[in-house]
Amino acid sequence: MATPVKVHGPPLSTAVSRVLACLIEKDVPFQLIPVNMAKGEHKSPDFLKIQPFGQVPAFQDEATSLFESRAICRYICEKYPEKGNKGLYGTNPLAKASIDQWVEAEGQSFNPPSSVLVFQLAFAPRMKLKQDQSLISQNEAKLEKVLDVYDKRLGESRFLAGDDFSLADLSHLPNAHYLVNAAERGELFTSKKNVERWWGEISSRDSWKKVVDMQKQST
Amino acid sequence: MVVKVYGPAFASPKRVLACLIEKEIEFEVVPVDLLKGEHKDPEFLKLQPLGTVPVTQDGDYVLYESRAIMRYYSEKYKSQGTDLLGETIEERGQVENWLEVEAHNFNPPVLNLTLHVMFSSKLGFPRDENLIKESEEKLGKVLDIYEERLSKCKYLAGDFFSLADLSHLPFTQYLVGPIGKEYMISSRKHVSAWWNDISSRPSWQKVLLLYPPPF
Repeated sequence: MATPVKVHGPPLSTAVSRVLACLIEKDVPFQLIPVNMAKGEHKSPDFLKIQPFGQVPAFQDEATSLFESRAICRYICEKYPEKGNKGLYGTNPLAKASIDQWVEAEGQSFNPPSSVLVFQLAFAPRMKLKQDQSLISQNEAKLEKVLDVYDKRLGESRFLAGDDFSLADLSHLPNAHYLVNAAERGELFTSKKNVERWWGEISSRDSWKKVVDMQKQST
Repeated sequence: MVVKVYGPAFASPKRVLACLIEKEIEFEVVPVDLLKGEHKDPEFLKLQPLGTVPVTQDGDYVLYESRAIMRYYSEKYKSQGTDLLGETIEERGQVENWLEVEAHNFNPPVLNLTLHVMFSSKLGFPRDENLIKESEEKLGKVLDIYEERLSKCKYLAGDFFSLADLSHLPFTQYLVGPIGKEYMISSRKHVSAWWNDISSRPSWQKVLLLYPPPF
């Protein structure tokens, strides 16, 4: 029996949860290895050997060692094409390219403003850090514009890259989940008809519910 | 039918141009003047709703996001020209790893430097010296990690040139040129050797010759 892959990092981390969602969608057995970031374990010499930027997650599949959540997700899909959700990264080159395009859009346009908002609105208060109101309004405005584009796109297709749930939609789950459930910004999604429909569908997938459970159990 | 690449004067599209040349794929360019705001024209937004360059048009097939475009053409033409994806799934994993590092760790600070040092006066926004200083510090830390990585292997994903290295070409060219921070590269022995190697590839030299920057 193959050794389960290893994911290093806390499930509460958005990037870690991106990888967990992918592993569960793909039905790939994994072992989650905790990293206590409050104690600075992600900056320890041992951790820096597997992730030199001191960020989570880090990932190991036997001799292969990788980091960057979106790279890990792509690798999982390429390495295990026959497992779990076979269409997660497309079953033909055009489908795959469309998925890559929207994973990039997530990484380049959705992630930056949503990460700032998640940190400012969900994490900063819990860490007793002062919020930066101007940063919050700037990034809300940016995110609104991005979601306007998404709303138009989702009026043309059921999911971002086409008619099937894919890595492109999955990539949005972690930040969107916190915006809706921990930052009280659900309105960003519910105020736009197609975005609301899409968010409802992707967030109720079994795989994401399992990740949310893992997050709850880890607190 | 030849693939069209929009916005050749600017940095991100140059990733695609270098990639297509490495892959020996014929293409045409379509100028888009970002300084005149042509990327916000309704016609352009029909093509690319996020209003950024590059976009490629291959007959009816439209694709945007430079790294997605590079992946698509590198896979489609895997056996033609330079192999930019590695040979095995494991090597491909490393390429993806370092391409994401470029996108999320390298690009953000270097983009800030590009916008504020090169474009602030052209685009009419105030040059933020604090942001420039912070971005240089962040970029320095990233380059220290690259230095360590490149002391162990010749290129970022391993001992083969790949999309991960190529993706760095356009903005690093700005960094050592108009941004005026060549010392950030030349002060790091392995980063410097890597930069000299990748920037002297004929594909990159051709891009620089044929598609001058906007100013």
